[in-house]
Amino acid sequence: MVTVAISGMNARPDNPGPGVAVARCLREAADLDARIIGFGYDALDPGLYLTDYCDAGYLLPYPSAGDQALAERLEEIHKSDPFDVFIPCLDAELPNVLRIEQQLKKLGVRTWLPSEDQLKLRSKERLNELAAHAEIACPRTRGITQPDFFQRCDDEGWKYPLVVKGVFYDAYVAHSPADAAVAFNHIARTWGYPVLVQEHIKGEEYNLTGVGDGEGGLLGAVMMKKTGLTDKGKAWAGVAVSDQALLDAAQKLIKATRWRGPLEVEVIKSPSGTYHLVEINPRFPAWIYLSAGVGVNLPHALVNLALSRPLPAFGEPRAGTMFIRYALETIVDLGQFESIIVNGVRE
Amino acid sequence: MFYNRHPMTNESNTTRREPLIDAKLVQRLAVSDSGFVFDPVSGHSFSVNETGLRILRLLKEGQDLPSAVKALCDEFLGSAADIERDVLEFAGLLRKQFPA
Amino acid sequence: MTDNTTADKPVWIKPTLRAHRSGLLNKFGAVPSRQWQDEFEDVPVADLIHQFGSPLFVISEQRLRKNVRHLTRAFSARYPRVQYSWSYKTNYLNAVCAIAHQEGAWAEVVSAFEYEKARNLGVPGEKILFNGPHKPRAILERAIKEGAHIHVDHLDELQLIDEIARATAQNVEITLRLNFDTGVTEPWSRFGFNVESGQALDAAWRVAHSPNLKLTGLHSHIGTFVMDTRAYRAQVKTMCQFMERAEKDTGCQIDCIDVGGGFASRNALQGVYLPPEQVVPSIDQYAEAICDTLLEATHGREREGRPRPLLLLETGRAVVDDAEILLTSVVGNKRLPDGRRATIVDAGVNLLFTAFWYHHNVKPTRELSGVAEETVLYGPLCMNIDVMRASILLPPLDVGDVLMFSPVGAYNNTQWLQFIEYRPNVVLVHDDRQVSIVRAAEDLQAVTAQERLPDHLRDVSPR
Repeated sequence: MVTVAISGMNARPDNPGPGVAVARCLREAADLDARIIGFGYDALDPGLYLTDYCDAGYLLPYPSAGDQALAERLEEIHKSDPFDVFIPCLDAELPNVLRIEQQLKKLGVRTWLPSEDQLKLRSKERLNELAAHAEIACPRTRGITQPDFFQRCDDEGWKYPLVVKGVFYDAYVAHSPADAAVAFNHIARTWGYPVLVQEHIKGEEYNLTGVGDGEGGLLGAVMMKKTGLTDKGKAWAGVAVSDQALLDAAQKLIKATRWRGPLEVEVIKSPSGTYHLVEINPRFPAWIYLSAGVGVNLPHALVNLALSRPLPAFGEPRAGTMFIRYALETIVDLGQFESIIVNGVRE
Repeated sequence: MFYNRHPMTNESNTTRREPLIDAKLVQRLAVSDSGFVFDPVSGHSFSVNETGLRILRLLKEGQDLPSAVKALCDEFLGSAADIERDVLEFAGLLRKQFPA
Repeated sequence: MTDNTTADKPVWIKPTLRAHRSGLLNKFGAVPSRQWQDEFEDVPVADLIHQFGSPLFVISEQRLRKNVRHLTRAFSARYPRVQYSWSYKTNYLNAVCAIAHQEGAWAEVVSAFEYEKARNLGVPGEKILFNGPHKPRAILERAIKEGAHIHVDHLDELQLIDEIARATAQNVEITLRLNFDTGVTEPWSRFGFNVESGQALDAAWRVAHSPNLKLTGLHSHIGTFVMDTRAYRAQVKTMCQFMERAEKDTGCQIDCIDVGGGFASRNALQGVYLPPEQVVPSIDQYAEAICDTLLEATHGREREGRPRPLLLLETGRAVVDDAEILLTSVVGNKRLPDGRRATIVDAGVNLLFTAFWYHHNVKPTRELSGVAEETVLYGPLCMNIDVMRASILLPPLDVGDVLMFSPVGAYNNTQWLQFIEYRPNVVLVHDDRQVSIVRAAEDLQAVTAQERLPDHLRDVSPR
């Protein structure tokens, strides 16, 4: 048996983290006998209480507390509840995890993650450079720290609408300087500076998730078109697609970065058929359960890669397979909540 | 009813002996040894540390300020003035949880 | 206190009560630092406070020297001609400037006051870079006579320099300050001449047409606390392109390129999510970005018999910030109506001006026990804005406990205010661990020395 720790157990219906979906993929992976530990950042992260998917739940320090705080907490957890593989699922925690990878290795914890340099290459501020390198179109992006940019950005050739984004999360389409300033302030309060401004590309959004093998290869890509959006722009329904042009673009990116680890590529296909790279997320997406649904269980593949085991057999992803996301309540005993609050542990 | 203010003078300690907080309010609380406290009426929960837990239990018994401070002085190593100050402050926090 | 009856008793710690609120339900969330530090550069904090009072600024000579050396080495190892200049406005205490100068730094000044300060310390004019948008005629005349490097900010200033040069029949070498968009940082367009609009080239022509002026230098300062080294690559590239263009078009020969300052220090800027050690580049990374680009851009010059320009640096913050700490003592504790704990200390934003934009590192100077709680640290001013840290996790503090704020070396001993309180001693820990006052605490005499009271106001009794 192998014990896998997964973070990102937040799962608010309007904007879920990927952790529960990753755990669910592993639960359903044929020939994988896994014990699953969920890591959360709030006592109300539902994944911590979902015994179907997580055998234990723990709270971690916020990423802003730094890498050593994380290392200490993980060591403490590992002492009483050893785990073999760690799959971080949130963008904001990755810089910390990469900095403590060697410490984790000493504990015997394996990961399958990009290097710090690879992480920087795909950072939202630098996307233009990477896209140019991989010969993919990319909307103009820049980081700003002052909202007065929106008043004078016309002079620099920025046209409304434009997209205002946080370095880690959140994106809003702004149609006027006033809109943009509101989005800017909201993002800056939550995720700090810089705030990113991106040219708005008209067209249809497509997403691709896969795992980079670290040698330039892309394993088991699953592609998806969102068919229903929440008011935060997150998918609540989607359908698996098969698009060779998107796959080619993703392979170029993976090759250019020699990406190691999970990733999600977001592109917009303009009416003229050009693919514009919008974002590369260094983790599985919240819709990763679709990968199990189409017979390409990517989390399972990642665990095997981390453990140097042979890859599970993948089928050809079945285009047309759909998902529809729904919310349901789990019943939590006050004692379990108390345990999370007082000790940061649900056992 | 409890009083919202407790003068810190010695004089008040000897002349006023009302409980720091209405014992009925404290009595309904589910208090666990871990310091996890749940109020079944409001649905609120909160955490207290070990000295907070001790004060809460004294208040549940309906102790007034001088007797609570005395009990705590017997149990802990600390100056009576510091302890009195801290108990007053803690009772204030509790009252905030249960606005009259 | 240690007889048999009390020995077994647990020590009283302050009771705490924490309401559970959605979004904040994580006892591990914000990890309180358990670090504490009872000395600075091997001098006990208690001795410092005892001898020099509280609050107290403490500067480390050793660390400052080390930082200057590290910076100059990082650049000199990568580019053949480098000169470092101490940015006076960052910290112009004489002791700090003197240490930088002893380490070979020139002076970078931005006002008549700073110019006079540098001269007064014995820095010769030719080792002073004179920046800033306001250089009155008298100081310009002096600086020109003394051979200072004049960095021109606008056309009116250029005209004034030309006038002085003509009137005194001197040939004046000048540096133009440039501004442009790096594409990475927000452009600082208020200083100098804009490159994209052609304004800068116009200014170069204006210099070329004057018989008394000679354009020999280019300067730009792209911003402050710049955390993306790509901005410096873009800066150096733009400056070198402009250099080539100006030389070709106007026949000037550029001898120095001044890239200004703007390197970030390891301080936590408010509003930056990740801790500084993860987002602030090292000095070597800055040096690499600047020197690589400069080497590449000036590659062909030597071959053509044109020397590579001298690289001038004006780094202030990244050099001095971590060489100074502020010690401050707790004067009281209180509970705010919303349940948060508030602690009042004797140093406020009057002394630590940078508290407006940093979350300084705050360390206790003894091991504290008890549960860490969200605490507001207020300064001593009777002003609502006097907040040293709006939120920090700290165990309970006693009156008299000393806290160490760091890093505080940049922009505090210059931007501090004499407001409500006297400013305290600033001491220097010498290389040999001796401690001396480098700026004495103010008293009534010092603060009111410049005041003059008209005779009819001398009697304050009601008329």
